[in-house]
Amino acid sequence: MSVVSIDHANAQKRAWNAAAAVPDPEVPCVTVADLGMLRSVEIVDNVAVAKVSPTYSGCPATLAIEMAIEAALRDAGFEARIERVMSPAWTTDWITEDGREKLRAYGIAPPVKAANSVRALFGETTVACPRCGSTETERISEFGSTACKALYRCKSCAEPFDYFKCI
Amino acid sequence: MQTRDALLELLLRLGDDCLILGHRVSEWCGHAPILEEDMALPNMGLDLIGQARTLYTYAGEVEGKGRGEDDLAYLRTDREYRNLLLVERPNGDFAHTMLRQLYFAAFMEPYWRKMCASKDETLAGIAGKAVKEMAYHIRHAGEWVIRMGDGTEESARRMADAVDALSIYIDELFQTDDVTDTLVAAGIAPDPSGLRAEWDRTIDMVFTEARLKLPDVSYPQTGGRSGLHGEELGHLLSELQYMQRTYPGMKW
Repeated sequence: MSVVSIDHANAQKRAWNAAAAVPDPEVPCVTVADLGMLRSVEIVDNVAVAKVSPTYSGCPATLAIEMAIEAALRDAGFEARIERVMSPAWTTDWITEDGREKLRAYGIAPPVKAANSVRALFGETTVACPRCGSTETERISEFGSTACKALYRCKSCAEPFDYFKCI
Repeated sequence: MQTRDALLELLLRLGDDCLILGHRVSEWCGHAPILEEDMALPNMGLDLIGQARTLYTYAGEVEGKGRGEDDLAYLRTDREYRNLLLVERPNGDFAHTMLRQLYFAAFMEPYWRKMCASKDETLAGIAGKAVKEMAYHIRHAGEWVIRMGDGTEESARRMADAVDALSIYIDELFQTDDVTDTLVAAGIAPDPSGLRAEWDRTIDMVFTEARLKLPDVSYPQTGGRSGLHGEELGHLLSELQYMQRTYPGMKW
């Protein structure tokens, strides 16, 4: 019994590692685990079941991401199944510290924390420039190149940059 | 009324609202007045179409007859569509489009916020995501309504025209019937009529800054929830459903 559970735990860990390494197709500097989209990977009846929370309702990458996770699990030798989890809803607060740092290094300002308050969306937020760190920035457009981003400009170094919207 | 029947009906209503408005908004793609709006409008359309997809998928499960999101979107006639009349209104000019967006989002944001407490876990999950997206839409549309209402002579005139044209569709947002009553009693969905005060406050806040006034509406238009639509919905559907109607069963 205990041997079986150790094997099981190892397999589960291997499956998690395989799925967790899948990059986001639109923001390839971060993985689905960094983004907090990959909720869990469990081995159920010899099938690796990955639970995935979609980010934005209309994100066109959702299906591509699910297919990539499934393919990664198969490549690692598992039979795989994806389960889409709607509740609780994904929030940018689930992006890991590591993920936030990777976004910043990639030139995308990570979302401001504490996304839970919807009303906070109406308040002015301070977004720091991912290049020079200045907080003297202005919003150019509420909506950017993908559903998850807004466009900002730094008034100190004059560079435009993407801001990962806080939801 | 059976709770299950009411739930199915509600899912279709909400799904139809999101799909039809999402389609309308997407019609701006490539035609918006500035580049930022050309990204913003399809982005908002994507939010709405994404919400519609999850609602339709769930509706298909509740119905249990094997219909999926595509069947519900592409193979129902206008009389089977349950959307609000507001969302099917043609885009008109940019003022009309932004006001329509504001009216809808100012209703849906508190609606989804209350829906987060639904006893139906799937609906609560859909709501948790949608509420944040609607908050974005209110802010975006609200800023434009203020900018145009309190802008030039022409923009103010166009904004006032939009208020005149679209305000007859406000009442339908808050309408209740057997479906809503049944679901309120079951703790599944919020009572739309209870959201009027908050909607009024949001609109009032924007309109004060925009120097606009809500007109008194003596003859509100309703009927969308029971499948009675304006002529324009048929034209919209003929475009939206073209592929499946022309090549039935076609797959990408």
